[in-house]
Amino acid sequence: MTTTGTTPNVAAVVDATTLVHRTRSFRSVSALLAVAFLVIVGAVALIAPLLPLDPTTTDLAIRWQPPSAAHWFGTDELGRDYFSRVVYGGRISLTVGILAMAAATAIGVIVGLIAGYAGGRVDDALMRFVDFLSSIPWMVLVIVASVFLKPGLWTIIFVIGVFSWMATARLVRAETLTLRERAFVRYAKYIGVRRELVMWRHVVPDAAPTIIVAATASISTAILTESALSFLGLGIQPPMASWGSLLETAQGSLQTAPYLALIPGILILLTVLSFNVLGDALRQSVSEGGAS
Amino acid sequence: MTPAEDVLLSVDGLDVDLPGRTGGRVKVLEDVTFEVPRGRVVGIVGESGSGKTMLLRALMGILPDGAERDWRRVLLRGEDVTRTLARRRLPAAMVFQDPMTSFNPLVRIGGHLAEVAQRFQKVGRRQAQGLAREALIAVRIPDPDRVLSRYPHELSGGMRQRAMIAMALLAQPELLLADEPTTALDATIQAQILALLRTLQAERSLTVLIVTHDLGVVAAVCDDVMVMKDGRIVESGEVERVFAEPQHPYTRELLDAAPPAPAELAAPASAEEKGAGA
Amino acid sequence: MAVYILRRLAQVLPMLLLVTFVVFALLHAAPYDVVDTITTPQMSEETKAAMRERYGLDQPIVVQYGLWLGNVLQGDFGYSLASRHPIAEELAARIPNTILLVAPAYVAALLLAIVLGLIAGSRRGTLVDKTIDSLSGVGIATPSFWFALLVIYLFGYQLRWFPIIGMHSVGKQGDPVDFLLHFVMPFLVLVVAFFPELARYVRSATISQFSQDYVLVQRGFGASRRQVLTRHVGRNVMLPIITQLGLALPILVTGAIVTESIFGWPGIGPYFLTATRSLDYPVVLAVLLLSAVLVIVGNLIADILYVVVDPRIRIGAGS
Repeated sequence: MTTTGTTPNVAAVVDATTLVHRTRSFRSVSALLAVAFLVIVGAVALIAPLLPLDPTTTDLAIRWQPPSAAHWFGTDELGRDYFSRVVYGGRISLTVGILAMAAATAIGVIVGLIAGYAGGRVDDALMRFVDFLSSIPWMVLVIVASVFLKPGLWTIIFVIGVFSWMATARLVRAETLTLRERAFVRYAKYIGVRRELVMWRHVVPDAAPTIIVAATASISTAILTESALSFLGLGIQPPMASWGSLLETAQGSLQTAPYLALIPGILILLTVLSFNVLGDALRQSVSEGGAS
Repeated sequence: MTPAEDVLLSVDGLDVDLPGRTGGRVKVLEDVTFEVPRGRVVGIVGESGSGKTMLLRALMGILPDGAERDWRRVLLRGEDVTRTLARRRLPAAMVFQDPMTSFNPLVRIGGHLAEVAQRFQKVGRRQAQGLAREALIAVRIPDPDRVLSRYPHELSGGMRQRAMIAMALLAQPELLLADEPTTALDATIQAQILALLRTLQAERSLTVLIVTHDLGVVAAVCDDVMVMKDGRIVESGEVERVFAEPQHPYTRELLDAAPPAPAELAAPASAEEKGAGA
Repeated sequence: MAVYILRRLAQVLPMLLLVTFVVFALLHAAPYDVVDTITTPQMSEETKAAMRERYGLDQPIVVQYGLWLGNVLQGDFGYSLASRHPIAEELAARIPNTILLVAPAYVAALLLAIVLGLIAGSRRGTLVDKTIDSLSGVGIATPSFWFALLVIYLFGYQLRWFPIIGMHSVGKQGDPVDFLLHFVMPFLVLVVAFFPELARYVRSATISQFSQDYVLVQRGFGASRRQVLTRHVGRNVMLPIITQLGLALPILVTGAIVTESIFGWPGIGPYFLTATRSLDYPVVLAVLLLSAVLVIVGNLIADILYVVVDPRIRIGAGS
């Protein structure tokens, strides 16, 4: 949608800086909290194998116990320690999120670079393709893809990655287009440097801030999509568990053990929220710092 | 000095500061003191950042959020309004710089004008339409009915600015403030608009304050001039005197930097001068 | 303007064709035998061969595509592998249920988002704004199916206000009160799912309008904050919203897959998911085709609305 072009106006600039200044302290506090949370969750997930956690031992005698000192998150329907289950579930959820994001970002950067650099027909065709792919509701797309592939960890990483690169591609393409017109790129050939090399050496670093911001959004989407798919039984399969699949199992015991559903959901919420807040804060500093 | 009853507006010690980008406050107007004689056309010149636009905004009460405005004394027609001005408005209307962006693109000209007429003249919708039409005629728009039903983007720059002036007239001001009224226009149109302002001033006994960075504009239509730099008034007086014998070094700088003014008083800035401006 | 509309329509046709082609290719590549949708395992090989011939399944691909496309245009989406019923019938039975749930939820979410978004945007930086914005942020990060579980637990199990499954109780079909009781929880979940992004959008559109020059001009002409909001900014913000409504078209059909499945609401969602789990390719791809077409049509509607409603782009009009 277009907004009316505004003549840069001292008044508007001053208004904006005032308000940014006012909200700045709020923003940085929440950004710090977000980073802290992610670091903690990430660290625990990473060192999980080294911790005294036992997600697999079943003991029907102690099933559905609410959180206690012995079992911080209680026990699940098979008497397993839920805290351990949740931690290992987090490992999977975060792994999927990060890998899917990596795949999507890689594809997006490459496609964006090609489209922006080649221009003309190639650009047109690629962008039409991007539009086309973006137009299909992604839930439907992702579910359809999982029908054709055997469900599992790698399938889901692949499917999410392959269908969420479009936004990054658009951003990178925009950066590439602007950069292509810059003098040092146009004249590179006169000093004997291949244009492609110059583009590669400069576009990616220049676009890095925007790519990073897009990447945080990508992780959020990936985590939410994975949990939805696993919740539907189309994602992570047992014996592996992710927060989403834990929620699926928790559905059965909702009445007796609501905490089984409460905990993984809260963690998904907080993780996604943290990535979003982080992304917002990064986007803020990118535009303020005047990069690109 | 001008006798008191001939002074429309007298401002003493106006200060305005704004929140700075990195905290703290920035002074945009400092101890600004001036008198505006009734019925005169006063030019306010300075470069970007001199505070001239902020001066108009301070008078109209539309400073940016977070701005603080303070003064020692303000007299309106000789009456002391220092305390009441914060709540009341001056009997003034402002013509803004860029008529393209100054109108709501989704509202027709007639709508804009009628809204102002209703607000300031306390009339109903139909009467307001009639007043809007009259206002368009007053600014010499040849086909007022057509213009009333047009959207802003459908008019030329000059017509838009005339419509903006018409809108200002509908507020029945005694004081007309114009912020760079011709900067966004082509050279030939500039001349027409300035002539229009001059004519309206005479017809309605308006007092006009024109902010501009263009000395040619001042030379063309202004009686008096105030020179501003860094939030302060550095010099003021009658245009002929100030241009002929500038007292302040900054005024001299400005005059030296400007291309020679055209001989005829009615012909304002040439195209090159417009390009040299901010 | 008619020219523009025609031109857009002309652009849409190749897209639609492409979509049908992709779907057909997937249908063909899927590891199942189409003849199985119209025969039973009991039938003999000769019968199957005869059916194959009758339905043109032994023809070259292009011909099959043509036949299939012709069928689709007449509303025949083929047969479900699992039930062997015409898919079109099964869809037609379920789509109204989905719309019945999604449409009110979307409208409610939109209205709420417009009100709160305008309030937040016009009071930027204040506590009200920060609250609304934070709520939206949390909402965007909330998995809707998890929220559904919370709602079920609280209102279904603990308070026992609402029934948990389905659209109506057995034997009470057509009873409006019974329907409403079943309707409330999924409706609530959907509103909470739709609201945050819409609110963010409205808020950001409002903020962007407030930073326009004309707002300053309006204030200069004595407009109060409320007048600016209702007469100008509000109106200007509605413009992109109305044009975006076209983009919500696909949501009417596929926007509640997970929610419907949790609540057992008999719409497209559970049908689609069951087909997915049982590898019922024809059904899955029929839904894909449907949603892709809806997206394309929705985009078209949005573009046309935009041109019709925005006076700046009225092609052919003006001085």
